[in-house]
Amino acid sequence: MANKATAFLIGWRIEMKKTKIIENIIHGIFLILGLITVASVLLITIYLVIAGIPAIREIGFFKFLFGKNWASTAAEPVFGILPFILTSVYGTAGAIVLGVPIGFFTAVYLSKIATGKMRETMEAAVSLLAGIPSVVYGLVGMLVLVPGIRKIFHVPDGASLLAAIIILAIMILPSIIKVSITALDAVPKEYEEASLALGATPIETYFRVSVPAAKSGIAAAVVLGVGRAIGEAMAVMMVSGNVPNMPSLFQSVRFLTTAVASEMAYSSGLQQQALFSIALVLFFFIMLINVTLNFFMKKEGKEA
Amino acid sequence: MKKIISLLMASVMCVGILAGCGANETTKETVQTTTNSENLSVSTDGSTSMEKVIGSLGEVFQQETGISFTYNPTGSGSGIKAVSEGRCDIGLSSRDLKEEEVASGLTATVLAYDGIAIIVNPENPVEELTSETLAKIYTGEITNWSEVGGNDTEIVLIGREAGSGTRDGFESITGTEDACKYRQELTSTGDVITTVSQNPGAVGYASLASVKDTVKAVSVDGVIPSEETIKDGSYVVQRPFVLVTKTEEALSEGAQKFFDYITSDEAVEIIAGAGVVAAK
Repeated sequence: MANKATAFLIGWRIEMKKTKIIENIIHGIFLILGLITVASVLLITIYLVIAGIPAIREIGFFKFLFGKNWASTAAEPVFGILPFILTSVYGTAGAIVLGVPIGFFTAVYLSKIATGKMRETMEAAVSLLAGIPSVVYGLVGMLVLVPGIRKIFHVPDGASLLAAIIILAIMILPSIIKVSITALDAVPKEYEEASLALGATPIETYFRVSVPAAKSGIAAAVVLGVGRAIGEAMAVMMVSGNVPNMPSLFQSVRFLTTAVASEMAYSSGLQQQALFSIALVLFFFIMLINVTLNFFMKKEGKEA
Repeated sequence: MKKIISLLMASVMCVGILAGCGANETTKETVQTTTNSENLSVSTDGSTSMEKVIGSLGEVFQQETGISFTYNPTGSGSGIKAVSEGRCDIGLSSRDLKEEEVASGLTATVLAYDGIAIIVNPENPVEELTSETLAKIYTGEITNWSEVGGNDTEIVLIGREAGSGTRDGFESITGTEDACKYRQELTSTGDVITTVSQNPGAVGYASLASVKDTVKAVSVDGVIPSEETIKDGSYVVQRPFVLVTKTEEALSEGAQKFFDYITSDEAVEIIAGAGVVAAK
Protein backbone atom coordinates (compact mmCIF):
# COMPACT_ATOMS: atom_id res chain seq x y z
CA MET A 1 0.00 0.00 0.00
CA ALA A 2 2.77 2.40 1.01
CA ASN A 3 4.72 1.42 -2.08
CA LYS A 4 1.82 2.27 -4.27
CA ALA A 5 1.54 5.67 -2.67
CA THR A 6 5.25 6.45 -3.16
CA ALA A 7 5.12 5.26 -6.77
CA PHE A 8 2.17 7.56 -7.34
CA LEU A 9 3.97 10.45 -5.70
CA ILE A 10 7.10 9.93 -7.81
CA GLY A 11 5.02 9.69 -10.94
CA TRP A 12 3.21 12.86 -9.98
CA ARG A 13 6.49 14.65 -9.39
CA ILE A 14 7.81 13.65 -12.83
CA GLU A 15 4.58 14.86 -14.35
CA MET A 16 4.96 18.16 -12.51
CA LYS A 17 8.52 18.56 -13.73
CA LYS A 18 7.40 17.93 -17.29
CA THR A 19 4.64 20.49 -17.03
CA LYS A 20 7.05 22.97 -15.55
CA ILE A 21 9.49 22.52 -18.43
CA ILE A 22 6.68 22.92 -20.94
CA GLU A 23 5.47 25.99 -19.07
CA ASN A 24 8.93 27.49 -19.24
CA ILE A 25 9.31 26.75 -22.95
CA ILE A 26 5.98 28.36 -23.72
CA HIS A 27 6.93 31.30 -21.54
CA GLY A 28 10.13 31.67 -23.56
CA ILE A 29 8.32 31.50 -26.90
CA PHE A 30 5.92 34.23 -25.83
CA LEU A 31 8.81 36.38 -24.67
CA ILE A 32 10.50 36.02 -28.07
CA LEU A 33 7.26 36.85 -29.87
CA GLY A 34 6.93 39.94 -27.72
CA LEU A 35 10.50 40.94 -28.45
CA ILE A 36 9.83 40.80 -32.21
CA THR A 37 7.49 43.77 -31.79
CA VAL A 38 9.98 45.65 -29.66
CA ALA A 39 12.76 44.92 -32.14
CA SER A 40 10.62 46.14 -35.06
CA VAL A 41 9.92 49.44 -33.34
CA LEU A 42 13.58 49.91 -32.45
CA LEU A 43 14.74 48.93 -35.93
CA ILE A 44 12.39 51.40 -37.60
CA THR A 45 13.30 54.19 -35.19
CA ILE A 46 17.04 53.66 -35.53
CA TYR A 47 16.84 53.34 -39.30
CA LEU A 48 14.72 56.47 -39.68
CA VAL A 49 17.10 58.52 -37.54
CA ILE A 50 20.17 57.24 -39.40
CA ALA A 51 18.57 57.74 -42.81
CA GLY A 52 16.91 61.04 -41.98
CA ILE A 53 19.71 63.02 -40.34
CA PRO A 54 22.21 63.38 -43.28
CA ALA A 55 19.88 65.35 -45.54
CA ILE A 56 18.84 67.68 -42.72
CA ARG A 57 22.52 68.31 -42.03
CA GLU A 58 23.32 68.93 -45.67
CA ILE A 59 20.37 71.21 -46.32
CA GLY A 60 20.46 72.93 -42.94
CA PHE A 61 17.96 72.42 -40.13
CA PHE A 62 16.13 75.74 -40.43
CA LYS A 63 16.29 75.83 -44.21
CA PHE A 64 14.73 72.37 -44.30
CA LEU A 65 11.99 72.83 -41.70
CA PHE A 66 11.08 76.44 -42.48
CA GLY A 67 11.87 76.69 -46.18
CA LYS A 68 8.78 77.63 -48.16
CA ASN A 69 9.81 76.07 -51.48
CA TRP A 70 10.16 72.46 -52.54
CA ALA A 71 11.63 71.70 -55.97
CA SER A 72 13.46 68.43 -55.56
CA THR A 73 14.28 67.74 -59.21
CA ALA A 74 14.95 71.28 -60.43
CA ALA A 75 18.35 72.19 -61.88
CA GLU A 76 19.08 73.83 -58.51
CA PRO A 77 17.06 71.75 -56.07
CA VAL A 78 15.37 73.43 -53.11
CA PHE A 79 14.20 71.44 -50.12
CA GLY A 80 11.87 73.33 -47.79
CA ILE A 81 9.11 71.39 -46.09
CA LEU A 82 7.18 74.14 -44.31
CA PRO A 83 4.28 73.80 -46.82
CA PHE A 84 4.03 70.07 -46.02
CA ILE A 85 4.14 70.59 -42.25
CA LEU A 86 1.52 73.34 -42.35
CA THR A 87 -0.68 71.33 -44.71
CA SER A 88 -0.54 68.31 -42.42
CA VAL A 89 -1.34 70.47 -39.38
CA TYR A 90 -4.18 72.36 -41.09
CA GLY A 91 -5.57 69.22 -42.69
CA THR A 92 -5.60 67.34 -39.40
CA ALA A 93 -7.06 70.32 -37.53
CA GLY A 94 -9.78 70.66 -40.15
CA ALA A 95 -10.62 66.97 -39.96
CA ILE A 96 -10.87 67.23 -36.16
CA VAL A 97 -13.10 70.31 -36.35
CA LEU A 98 -15.47 68.49 -38.72
CA GLY A 99 -15.15 64.96 -37.39
CA VAL A 100 -15.11 65.37 -33.60
CA PRO A 101 -18.57 66.95 -33.18
CA ILE A 102 -20.16 64.33 -35.45
CA GLY A 103 -18.29 61.48 -33.78
CA PHE A 104 -18.87 62.75 -30.26
CA PHE A 105 -22.63 63.23 -30.59
CA THR A 106 -22.96 59.90 -32.38
CA ALA A 107 -21.13 58.24 -29.50
CA VAL A 108 -23.40 59.88 -26.88
CA TYR A 109 -26.46 58.86 -28.88
CA LEU A 110 -25.30 55.27 -29.32
CA SER A 111 -24.10 54.83 -25.76
CA LYS A 112 -26.95 56.52 -23.89
CA ILE A 113 -30.03 57.03 -26.05
CA ALA A 114 -30.19 54.43 -28.84
CA THR A 115 -31.50 51.02 -27.86
CA GLY A 116 -31.72 47.52 -29.30
CA LYS A 117 -31.82 47.20 -33.08
CA MET A 118 -30.97 50.85 -33.70
CA ARG A 119 -27.73 50.69 -31.71
CA GLU A 120 -26.81 47.34 -33.23
CA THR A 121 -27.21 48.49 -36.84
CA MET A 122 -25.46 51.80 -36.27
CA GLU A 123 -22.52 50.19 -34.51
CA ALA A 124 -22.23 47.68 -37.33
CA ALA A 125 -22.16 50.56 -39.81
CA VAL A 126 -19.41 52.29 -37.81
CA SER A 127 -17.34 49.09 -37.77
CA LEU A 128 -17.81 48.72 -41.50
CA LEU A 129 -16.63 52.31 -42.02
CA ALA A 130 -13.47 51.45 -40.10
CA GLY A 131 -12.85 48.45 -42.34
CA ILE A 132 -13.02 50.25 -45.69
CA PRO A 133 -9.51 50.44 -47.21
CA SER A 134 -8.15 53.95 -47.63
CA VAL A 135 -7.69 53.52 -51.38
CA VAL A 136 -11.47 53.10 -51.65
CA TYR A 137 -12.00 56.35 -49.75
CA GLY A 138 -9.56 57.95 -52.17
CA LEU A 139 -11.30 56.56 -55.23
CA VAL A 140 -14.74 57.70 -54.11
CA GLY A 141 -13.24 61.06 -53.21
CA MET A 142 -11.64 61.37 -56.62
CA LEU A 143 -14.78 60.47 -58.56
CA VAL A 144 -17.49 62.08 -56.39
CA LEU A 145 -16.06 64.58 -53.91
CA VAL A 146 -13.51 66.36 -56.15
CA PRO A 147 -15.95 67.02 -59.03
CA GLY A 148 -18.58 67.90 -56.41
CA ILE A 149 -16.41 70.59 -54.81
CA ARG A 150 -15.60 71.96 -58.26
CA LYS A 151 -19.29 72.36 -59.11
CA ILE A 152 -20.57 73.56 -55.71
CA PHE A 153 -17.87 76.18 -55.08
CA HIS A 154 -17.33 77.11 -58.77
CA VAL A 155 -13.57 76.64 -58.59
CA PRO A 156 -11.58 75.45 -61.62
CA ASP A 157 -10.53 72.25 -59.90
CA GLY A 158 -11.81 70.40 -56.84
CA ALA A 159 -8.63 68.66 -55.75
CA SER A 160 -7.81 70.72 -52.68
CA LEU A 161 -7.16 70.90 -48.96
CA LEU A 162 -10.94 70.98 -48.42
CA ALA A 163 -11.41 67.64 -50.21
CA ALA A 164 -8.67 66.09 -48.08
CA ILE A 165 -10.21 67.48 -44.87
CA ILE A 166 -13.63 66.02 -45.70
CA ILE A 167 -12.15 62.59 -46.53
CA LEU A 168 -10.04 62.61 -43.36
CA ALA A 169 -13.02 63.69 -41.21
CA ILE A 170 -14.96 60.66 -42.42
CA MET A 171 -11.98 58.36 -41.97
CA ILE A 172 -11.41 59.32 -38.32
CA LEU A 173 -15.09 58.94 -37.36
CA PRO A 174 -14.89 55.21 -36.47
CA SER A 175 -11.94 55.59 -34.07
CA ILE A 176 -13.53 58.58 -32.36
CA ILE A 177 -16.95 56.93 -32.04
CA LYS A 178 -15.70 53.55 -30.84
CA VAL A 179 -13.30 54.81 -28.18
CA SER A 180 -15.84 57.39 -26.95
CA ILE A 181 -18.56 54.74 -26.67
CA THR A 182 -16.27 52.54 -24.57
CA ALA A 183 -15.51 55.49 -22.27
CA LEU A 184 -19.20 56.48 -21.97
CA ASP A 185 -20.32 52.90 -21.36
CA ALA A 186 -17.83 52.63 -18.50
CA VAL A 187 -19.46 55.50 -16.54
CA PRO A 188 -21.04 53.89 -13.43
CA LYS A 189 -24.83 53.65 -13.62
CA GLU A 190 -25.11 55.12 -10.09
CA TYR A 191 -23.85 58.53 -11.24
CA GLU A 192 -26.60 58.81 -13.81
CA GLU A 193 -29.28 57.39 -11.51
CA ALA A 194 -28.35 59.89 -8.81
CA SER A 195 -28.58 62.74 -11.29
CA LEU A 196 -31.96 61.55 -12.57
CA ALA A 197 -33.22 61.13 -9.00
CA LEU A 198 -32.30 64.75 -8.29
CA GLY A 199 -34.67 65.79 -11.06
CA ALA A 200 -32.29 66.35 -13.99
CA THR A 201 -33.64 65.43 -17.43
CA PRO A 202 -31.92 62.54 -19.26
CA ILE A 203 -30.18 64.90 -21.71
CA GLU A 204 -28.94 67.08 -18.83
CA THR A 205 -27.66 63.95 -17.13
CA TYR A 206 -25.77 62.78 -20.21
CA PHE A 207 -24.01 66.08 -20.84
CA ARG A 208 -23.52 67.26 -17.23
CA VAL A 209 -22.69 63.91 -15.61
CA SER A 210 -21.80 61.11 -18.06
CA VAL A 211 -19.66 63.14 -20.48
CA PRO A 212 -17.57 64.87 -17.77
CA ALA A 213 -17.03 61.49 -16.11
CA ALA A 214 -15.77 60.04 -19.41
CA LYS A 215 -13.83 63.12 -20.51
CA SER A 216 -10.33 61.64 -20.53
CA GLY A 217 -11.56 58.66 -22.58
CA ILE A 218 -13.13 61.05 -25.07
CA ALA A 219 -9.92 63.09 -25.16
CA ALA A 220 -8.03 59.88 -25.93
CA ALA A 221 -10.50 59.24 -28.78
CA VAL A 222 -9.75 62.67 -30.25
CA VAL A 223 -5.99 62.13 -30.02
CA LEU A 224 -6.39 58.76 -31.71
CA GLY A 225 -8.29 60.54 -34.48
CA VAL A 226 -5.46 63.05 -34.85
CA GLY A 227 -2.99 60.17 -35.19
CA ARG A 228 -5.07 58.50 -37.85
CA ALA A 229 -5.52 61.73 -39.80
CA ILE A 230 -1.87 62.82 -39.78
CA GLY A 231 -0.64 59.39 -40.87
CA GLU A 232 -3.04 58.84 -43.76
CA ALA A 233 -1.40 58.90 -47.20
CA MET A 234 -3.27 57.00 -49.90
CA ALA A 235 -6.71 58.59 -49.73
CA VAL A 236 -5.24 62.05 -49.29
CA MET A 237 -2.88 61.62 -52.22
CA MET A 238 -5.82 60.92 -54.52
CA VAL A 239 -7.85 64.02 -53.64
CA SER A 240 -5.42 66.76 -52.64
CA GLY A 241 -3.63 67.45 -55.95
CA ASN A 242 -0.08 67.02 -54.56
CA VAL A 243 1.42 70.36 -55.53
CA PRO A 244 3.79 71.76 -52.89
CA ASN A 245 1.85 75.01 -52.36
CA MET A 246 1.44 76.81 -49.06
CA PRO A 247 -1.90 75.53 -47.73
CA SER A 248 -5.15 77.29 -48.54
CA LEU A 249 -8.63 75.78 -48.58
CA PHE A 250 -9.18 75.54 -52.34
CA GLN A 251 -5.53 75.18 -53.28
CA SER A 252 -3.86 71.97 -54.37
CA VAL A 253 -1.64 70.88 -51.46
CA ARG A 254 0.84 68.23 -50.41
CA PHE A 255 0.91 66.54 -46.98
CA LEU A 256 3.97 65.15 -45.16
CA THR A 257 2.83 61.62 -45.94
CA THR A 258 2.10 62.25 -49.60
CA ALA A 259 5.38 64.11 -50.04
CA VAL A 260 7.20 60.92 -49.16
CA ALA A 261 4.88 58.58 -51.03
CA SER A 262 4.62 60.49 -54.29
CA GLU A 263 8.34 60.99 -54.95
CA MET A 264 9.92 57.91 -53.41
CA ALA A 265 9.56 55.73 -56.51
CA TYR A 266 11.95 57.69 -58.74
CA SER A 267 14.06 59.47 -56.16
CA SER A 268 17.80 59.26 -55.80
CA GLY A 269 20.65 60.94 -53.94
CA LEU A 270 19.88 63.96 -51.80
CA GLN A 271 16.23 63.91 -52.89
CA GLN A 272 15.79 60.42 -51.45
CA GLN A 273 17.61 61.37 -48.25
CA ALA A 274 15.37 64.41 -47.92
CA LEU A 275 12.32 62.16 -48.24
CA PHE A 276 13.65 60.09 -45.34
CA SER A 277 14.04 63.31 -43.39
CA ILE A 278 10.40 64.14 -44.08
CA ALA A 279 9.50 60.68 -42.78
CA LEU A 280 11.54 61.45 -39.66
CA VAL A 281 9.59 64.67 -39.10
CA LEU A 282 6.34 62.77 -39.56
CA PHE A 283 7.57 60.11 -37.14
CA PHE A 284 8.30 62.84 -34.62
CA PHE A 285 4.73 64.10 -34.90
CA ILE A 286 3.32 60.59 -34.44
CA MET A 287 5.53 60.11 -31.36
CA LEU A 288 4.22 63.35 -29.92
CA ILE A 289 0.67 62.16 -30.48
CA ASN A 290 1.42 58.82 -28.84
CA VAL A 291 2.85 60.50 -25.76
CA THR A 292 -0.30 62.64 -25.51
CA LEU A 293 -2.46 59.55 -25.94
CA ASN A 294 -0.57 57.72 -23.16
CA PHE A 295 -1.03 60.73 -20.92
CA PHE A 296 -4.81 60.63 -21.34
CA MET A 297 -4.97 56.85 -21.05
CA LYS A 298 -3.06 56.92 -17.75
CA LYS A 299 -5.29 59.67 -16.44
CA GLU A 300 -8.33 57.61 -17.30
CA GLY A 301 -6.85 54.58 -15.58
CA LYS A 302 -6.37 56.59 -12.38
CA GLU A 303 -9.87 58.03 -12.46
CA ALA A 304 -11.60 54.70 -12.95
CA MET B 1 13.90 43.23 -14.43
CA LYS B 2 17.66 43.43 -14.98
CA LYS B 3 17.46 40.32 -17.11
CA ILE B 4 14.82 41.85 -19.31
CA ILE B 5 16.83 45.02 -19.74
CA SER B 6 20.00 43.14 -20.66
CA LEU B 7 18.02 40.99 -23.09
CA LEU B 8 16.61 44.13 -24.67
CA MET B 9 20.06 45.66 -25.01
CA ALA B 10 21.36 42.49 -26.59
CA SER B 11 18.53 42.40 -29.11
CA VAL B 12 19.05 46.07 -29.99
CA MET B 13 22.71 45.43 -30.66
CA CYS B 14 21.96 42.39 -32.80
CA VAL B 15 19.50 44.41 -34.81
CA GLY B 16 22.01 47.21 -35.26
CA ILE B 17 24.70 44.83 -36.45
CA LEU B 18 22.28 43.10 -38.83
CA ALA B 19 21.16 46.42 -40.28
CA GLY B 20 24.78 47.42 -40.90
CA CYS B 21 25.59 44.12 -42.58
CA GLY B 22 22.55 44.29 -44.82
CA ALA B 23 23.49 47.67 -46.25
CA ASN B 24 27.10 46.66 -46.90
CA GLU B 25 26.21 43.40 -48.55
CA THR B 26 23.87 44.88 -51.12
CA THR B 27 26.43 47.40 -52.34
CA LYS B 28 29.06 44.69 -52.60
CA GLU B 29 26.76 42.50 -54.65
CA THR B 30 26.09 45.13 -57.29
CA VAL B 31 29.77 45.86 -57.60
CA GLN B 32 30.47 42.20 -58.06
CA THR B 33 27.96 41.68 -60.85
CA THR B 34 29.34 44.61 -62.82
CA THR B 35 33.00 43.71 -62.45
CA ASN B 36 32.63 39.97 -62.89
CA SER B 37 34.35 39.36 -66.23
CA GLU B 38 34.41 35.56 -66.24
CA ASN B 39 30.75 35.09 -67.03
CA LEU B 40 29.08 37.00 -69.81
CA SER B 41 27.44 40.20 -68.72
CA VAL B 42 26.03 43.43 -70.07
CA SER B 43 25.92 46.72 -68.23
CA THR B 44 23.76 49.67 -69.19
CA ASP B 45 23.81 53.15 -67.75
CA GLY B 46 21.74 56.24 -68.37
CA SER B 47 18.25 57.68 -68.80
CA THR B 48 15.86 57.19 -65.92
CA SER B 49 12.92 57.54 -68.32
CA MET B 50 13.99 54.35 -70.04
CA GLU B 51 13.82 52.39 -66.81
CA LYS B 52 10.57 50.64 -67.70
CA VAL B 53 11.46 49.63 -71.25
CA ILE B 54 15.08 48.65 -70.60
CA GLY B 55 14.13 46.95 -67.34
CA SER B 56 11.53 44.70 -68.95
CA LEU B 57 13.85 43.91 -71.86
CA GLY B 58 16.70 43.11 -69.50
CA GLU B 59 14.53 40.88 -67.36
CA VAL B 60 13.39 38.74 -70.30
CA PHE B 61 16.91 38.69 -71.77
CA GLN B 62 18.43 37.54 -68.49
CA GLN B 63 15.81 34.81 -68.13
CA GLU B 64 16.30 33.49 -71.64
CA THR B 65 20.07 33.62 -71.92
CA GLY B 66 21.33 33.61 -68.35
CA ILE B 67 23.63 36.53 -69.15
CA SER B 68 23.61 38.92 -66.24
CA PHE B 69 22.16 42.34 -66.94
CA THR B 70 22.60 45.52 -64.95
CA TYR B 71 21.03 48.92 -65.36
CA ASN B 72 22.21 52.02 -63.58
CA PRO B 73 19.61 54.83 -63.67
CA THR B 74 21.76 57.97 -63.70
CA GLY B 75 20.33 60.18 -66.44
CA SER B 76 21.01 60.56 -70.18
CA GLY B 77 24.03 62.83 -69.81
CA SER B 78 25.91 60.60 -67.39
CA GLY B 79 24.96 57.50 -69.42
CA ILE B 80 26.59 58.95 -72.51
CA LYS B 81 29.63 59.93 -70.46
CA ALA B 82 29.83 56.47 -68.93
CA VAL B 83 29.93 54.71 -72.30
CA SER B 84 32.56 57.06 -73.74
CA GLU B 85 34.73 56.47 -70.67
CA GLY B 86 34.19 52.72 -70.95
CA ARG B 87 32.40 52.37 -67.63
CA CYS B 88 29.46 50.53 -69.21
CA ASP B 89 28.70 48.55 -72.38
CA ILE B 90 25.68 50.44 -73.63
CA GLY B 91 24.67 53.97 -72.74
CA LEU B 92 21.00 54.92 -72.62
CA SER B 93 19.85 58.33 -73.69
CA SER B 94 16.36 59.76 -74.03
CA ARG B 95 17.55 62.45 -76.44
CA ASP B 96 19.44 62.35 -79.74
CA LEU B 97 23.22 62.60 -79.58
CA LYS B 98 24.68 66.06 -80.15
CA GLU B 99 27.04 66.58 -83.07
CA GLU B 100 30.13 66.83 -80.89
CA GLU B 101 29.14 63.60 -79.13
CA VAL B 102 28.94 61.79 -82.47
CA ALA B 103 32.25 63.40 -83.45
CA SER B 104 33.85 62.06 -80.28
CA GLY B 105 33.27 58.53 -81.55
CA LEU B 106 29.81 57.51 -80.39
CA THR B 107 27.02 55.88 -82.40
CA ALA B 108 23.32 56.23 -81.67
CA THR B 109 20.81 53.48 -82.43
CA VAL B 110 17.18 54.39 -81.86
CA LEU B 111 15.49 51.68 -79.83
CA ALA B 112 12.04 53.23 -79.53
CA TYR B 113 10.07 56.45 -79.60
CA ASP B 114 8.29 57.80 -76.57
CA GLY B 115 5.18 59.62 -77.80
CA ILE B 116 3.41 61.80 -75.27
CA ALA B 117 -0.22 62.58 -75.99
CA ILE B 118 -1.78 65.84 -74.83
CA ILE B 119 -5.18 64.94 -73.46
CA VAL B 120 -8.26 67.02 -72.70
CA ASN B 121 -11.79 66.28 -71.55
CA PRO B 122 -14.09 65.01 -74.35
CA GLU B 123 -16.45 67.95 -73.65
CA ASN B 124 -13.68 70.40 -74.53
CA PRO B 125 -14.18 71.69 -78.13
CA VAL B 126 -10.45 72.38 -78.57
CA GLU B 127 -9.06 69.91 -81.10
CA GLU B 128 -5.69 71.38 -81.89
CA LEU B 129 -2.84 73.22 -80.18
CA THR B 130 0.50 74.42 -81.44
CA SER B 131 3.62 73.50 -79.51
CA GLU B 132 4.11 77.18 -78.64
CA THR B 133 0.65 77.60 -77.13
CA LEU B 134 1.16 74.32 -75.29
CA ALA B 135 4.27 75.70 -73.62
CA LYS B 136 2.43 78.95 -72.86
CA ILE B 137 -0.46 77.02 -71.31
CA TYR B 138 1.83 75.00 -69.06
CA THR B 139 3.90 77.97 -67.91
CA GLY B 140 0.74 79.86 -66.98
CA GLU B 141 0.84 82.50 -69.71
CA ILE B 142 -2.48 81.32 -71.12
CA THR B 143 -4.98 80.54 -68.38
CA ASN B 144 -8.34 80.36 -70.14
CA TRP B 145 -9.53 77.97 -72.84
CA SER B 146 -11.23 80.86 -74.69
CA GLU B 147 -7.75 82.18 -75.59
CA VAL B 148 -7.12 79.07 -77.70
CA GLY B 149 -10.61 78.77 -79.20
CA GLY B 150 -12.41 76.86 -76.46
CA ASN B 151 -15.12 77.62 -73.90
CA ASP B 152 -14.72 80.34 -71.29
CA THR B 153 -13.31 78.06 -68.59
CA GLU B 154 -10.10 78.24 -66.64
CA ILE B 155 -7.38 75.82 -67.76
CA VAL B 156 -6.53 73.23 -65.10
CA LEU B 157 -3.04 71.84 -65.56
CA ILE B 158 -2.60 68.21 -64.64
CA GLY B 159 0.92 66.80 -64.50
CA ARG B 160 3.05 64.04 -63.05
CA GLU B 161 5.21 64.01 -59.94
CA ALA B 162 8.80 65.23 -59.92
CA GLY B 163 11.11 62.51 -61.18
CA SER B 164 8.54 60.89 -63.47
CA GLY B 165 9.88 60.01 -66.92
CA THR B 166 6.78 61.28 -68.67
CA ARG B 167 7.04 64.63 -66.91
CA ASP B 168 10.71 64.88 -67.70
CA GLY B 169 9.95 64.04 -71.34
CA PHE B 170 7.10 66.50 -71.70
CA GLU B 171 8.95 69.36 -70.03
CA SER B 172 12.16 68.84 -71.99
CA ILE B 173 10.33 68.61 -75.35
CA THR B 174 8.21 71.71 -74.75
CA GLY B 175 11.07 73.58 -73.07
CA THR B 176 9.18 74.18 -69.84
CA GLU B 177 11.58 72.60 -67.34
CA ASP B 178 10.85 73.65 -63.77
CA ALA B 179 8.46 76.33 -65.04
CA CYS B 180 5.16 74.42 -65.16
CA LYS B 181 2.37 75.80 -62.98
CA TYR B 182 0.65 72.53 -62.16
CA ARG B 183 -2.71 72.44 -60.43
CA GLN B 184 -2.32 68.74 -59.68
CA GLU B 185 0.72 66.45 -59.64
CA LEU B 186 -0.45 62.86 -59.82
CA THR B 187 1.59 59.73 -59.38
CA SER B 188 0.32 57.56 -62.22
CA THR B 189 -0.83 57.79 -65.83
CA GLY B 190 -4.14 56.24 -64.80
CA ASP B 191 -4.77 59.00 -62.26
CA VAL B 192 -4.00 61.67 -64.87
CA ILE B 193 -6.48 60.15 -67.33
CA THR B 194 -9.20 59.77 -64.68
CA THR B 195 -8.75 63.33 -63.46
CA VAL B 196 -8.84 64.79 -66.98
CA SER B 197 -11.95 62.77 -67.78
CA GLN B 198 -13.64 64.23 -64.67
CA ASN B 199 -12.88 67.91 -65.24
CA PRO B 200 -14.00 69.75 -68.42
CA GLY B 201 -11.27 72.38 -67.97
CA ALA B 202 -8.39 69.97 -67.49
CA VAL B 203 -5.42 69.27 -69.74
CA GLY B 204 -2.83 66.59 -69.07
CA TYR B 205 -0.15 64.47 -70.69
CA ALA B 206 0.26 60.72 -70.83
CA SER B 207 2.10 58.09 -72.83
CA LEU B 208 0.20 57.56 -76.06
CA ALA B 209 -0.12 53.81 -75.46
CA SER B 210 -2.20 54.32 -72.32
CA VAL B 211 -4.67 56.89 -73.65
CA LYS B 212 -8.27 55.64 -73.49
CA ASP B 213 -11.64 56.74 -74.88
CA THR B 214 -12.54 58.65 -71.71
CA VAL B 215 -10.26 61.47 -72.79
CA LYS B 216 -9.46 63.19 -76.09
CA ALA B 217 -5.93 63.46 -77.49
CA VAL B 218 -5.49 66.79 -79.27
CA SER B 219 -3.36 67.24 -82.34
CA VAL B 220 -0.18 69.27 -81.95
CA ASP B 221 0.89 71.56 -84.83
CA GLY B 222 -1.84 69.91 -86.91
CA VAL B 223 -0.63 66.34 -86.46
CA ILE B 224 -2.74 63.73 -84.69
CA PRO B 225 -0.64 61.49 -82.41
CA SER B 226 -0.44 57.90 -83.61
CA GLU B 227 2.19 55.23 -84.06
CA GLU B 228 2.84 56.33 -87.65
CA THR B 229 3.15 60.06 -86.96
CA ILE B 230 5.47 59.33 -84.06
CA LYS B 231 7.69 57.05 -86.15
CA ASP B 232 7.96 59.45 -89.08
CA GLY B 233 8.67 62.30 -86.70
CA SER B 234 5.81 64.58 -87.73
CA TYR B 235 4.24 64.49 -84.26
CA VAL B 236 6.56 66.68 -82.23
CA VAL B 237 5.78 65.80 -78.62
CA GLN B 238 8.01 62.76 -78.71
CA ARG B 239 11.58 61.82 -78.03
CA PRO B 240 13.78 58.94 -79.10
CA PHE B 241 15.10 56.32 -76.72
CA VAL B 242 18.66 55.86 -77.94
CA LEU B 243 21.25 53.15 -77.39
CA VAL B 244 24.70 54.72 -77.33
CA THR B 245 27.76 52.65 -78.27
CA LYS B 246 31.34 53.34 -79.30
CA THR B 247 31.76 53.57 -83.07
CA GLU B 248 35.26 52.05 -83.25
CA GLU B 249 35.27 49.44 -80.53
CA ALA B 250 33.26 46.21 -80.82
CA LEU B 251 30.86 45.32 -78.04
CA SER B 252 31.69 42.54 -75.60
CA GLU B 253 30.08 39.19 -76.41
CA GLY B 254 27.33 39.55 -73.79
CA ALA B 255 26.60 43.14 -74.74
CA GLN B 256 26.45 42.26 -78.46
CA LYS B 257 23.91 39.51 -77.74
CA PHE B 258 21.82 41.94 -75.71
CA PHE B 259 22.04 44.58 -78.43
CA ASP B 260 20.96 42.11 -81.11
CA TYR B 261 18.14 40.85 -78.95
CA ILE B 262 16.58 44.23 -78.11
CA THR B 263 16.76 45.42 -81.73
CA SER B 264 15.21 42.20 -83.04
CA ASP B 265 11.56 41.62 -83.97
CA GLU B 266 11.11 39.53 -80.84
CA ALA B 267 11.60 42.56 -78.63
CA VAL B 268 8.98 44.71 -80.37
CA GLU B 269 6.16 43.35 -78.25
CA ILE B 270 8.04 43.88 -74.99
CA ILE B 271 8.89 47.42 -76.02
CA ALA B 272 5.24 48.11 -76.84
CA GLY B 273 4.30 46.62 -73.46
CA ALA B 274 6.40 49.31 -71.79
CA GLY B 275 4.21 51.97 -73.41
CA VAL B 276 6.51 53.21 -76.19
CA VAL B 277 6.66 52.72 -79.97
CA ALA B 278 9.41 50.38 -81.15
CA ALA B 279 11.63 51.86 -83.87
CA LYS B 280 11.47 48.61 -85.89
